[in-house]
Amino acid sequence: MPSLKEFRNRIVSVKSTRKITSAMKMVAASKLRRAQSHAEASHPYAVRMSNMLSRLIANININETSPVLLGGTGNQNVHLLVVITSDRGLCGGFNGSIVRLARQKARDLLDEGKDVKILCVGRKGRDVLKREYAGRIVYTFEGLGRKKLTFGDAMQVSQYVLDMITRREFDVCTVVYNQFKSVMSQLPTAQQLIPFAPPVMEEAKADTGPKALYEFEPSEEEILEALLPRNLSVQIFRAMLDSAAGEQAARMTAMDNATRNAGDMINKLTLRYNRARQAYITKELIEIISGAEAV
Amino acid sequence: MAETFTNKTIPFELVSPERVLASEEVLMVVIPGEAGDFGVLADHAPLLSSIRPGVVFLHLPSGEIKKIFVAGGFADVNGTLCTVLAEEAVNVAELDRAQIEESLKGFQESLDLSKEDAVKSAYILQQIGVAQAKLAAAAI
Repeated sequence: MPSLKEFRNRIVSVKSTRKITSAMKMVAASKLRRAQSHAEASHPYAVRMSNMLSRLIANININETSPVLLGGTGNQNVHLLVVITSDRGLCGGFNGSIVRLARQKARDLLDEGKDVKILCVGRKGRDVLKREYAGRIVYTFEGLGRKKLTFGDAMQVSQYVLDMITRREFDVCTVVYNQFKSVMSQLPTAQQLIPFAPPVMEEAKADTGPKALYEFEPSEEEILEALLPRNLSVQIFRAMLDSAAGEQAARMTAMDNATRNAGDMINKLTLRYNRARQAYITKELIEIISGAEAV
Repeated sequence: MAETFTNKTIPFELVSPERVLASEEVLMVVIPGEAGDFGVLADHAPLLSSIRPGVVFLHLPSGEIKKIFVAGGFADVNGTLCTVLAEEAVNVAELDRAQIEESLKGFQESLDLSKEDAVKSAYILQQIGVAQAKLAAAAI
């Protein structure tokens, strides 16, 4: 049986842990609110962008001369996985579920005999993935959007991807990220970015409307040329925003659990402490009484 | 004036990656297209155009004219709706002359510093173009 002092020390240390986790929960909650409204604010742009692109694509033919972002390189051999995780830990299964999905994808592709390259956004994903795929990680972006995620941050990532495709270093690009469903659930999602595949969105379907003949200014090719890289940045931006909001939500839930756990632990420890103290007092009393009786 | 031709309105939306700046019914909107300014009225033919840095004019049914600066992007007109996807957008009233002039100065200095780097100086030149367009917009 540990001594009373040891009990007291443990209770104190669990109490301070609880203070920390509950503070982290508060911080995550306020950051979540900001990240969530930020993610929602950017949603209309992404939806309209992909609407516009789908309409544009409906008007043109895809052939060998189409830009690589649309038509692909003509091969399917090298796959690039853009894995978006957080920079910091202590957010429950958030990074774990992403890494699991990424690893699954990588393994499937390797089994099919394809080559896989990995681009990490966020430190936590790299830390885990490098154990298995150290040689396949081409680059890691760290500390993006530490204060507030801006479009410029997403542009950095998309620029890197664009540079790679111009050098023909991969054929197919897929982004793996946590889609923000609600505070309680983040859905690990894999979305193909290159060649462009229109994402299935309810709103996108709703207003395709009658197919109209478009006029283009300056020309179809030039607009497509400008719109495709732009769309890539937008899609990456959206994925990063979703991931940022999901990270805070996951952290909030994880810290809430930890705080509750610490509370339970304190209750149990206090009970055992009181019991030990009572036993000690009883023992002393018995000693005094039996001493008095002996006289 | 647009009112003399028609008083039909067309729904107009101006969206930047960060937020929705305008979403309202307008009589006419004038957009600075890559190949020249163009006005959009109701029942405009479907059109997709890229945009150069400049000012979008919203002619509201109340007769008021709203001005929004855009740093480039795309305009999409289909029969029923006009959408502008802007890279960066600010209300002209919120443009700050002194601040723009200062950033313009900063760009020009960094242009002198990075003459050898073609990619970088191209980017800075583009930024200068945007800043100059902003200045012109602030003067309207």
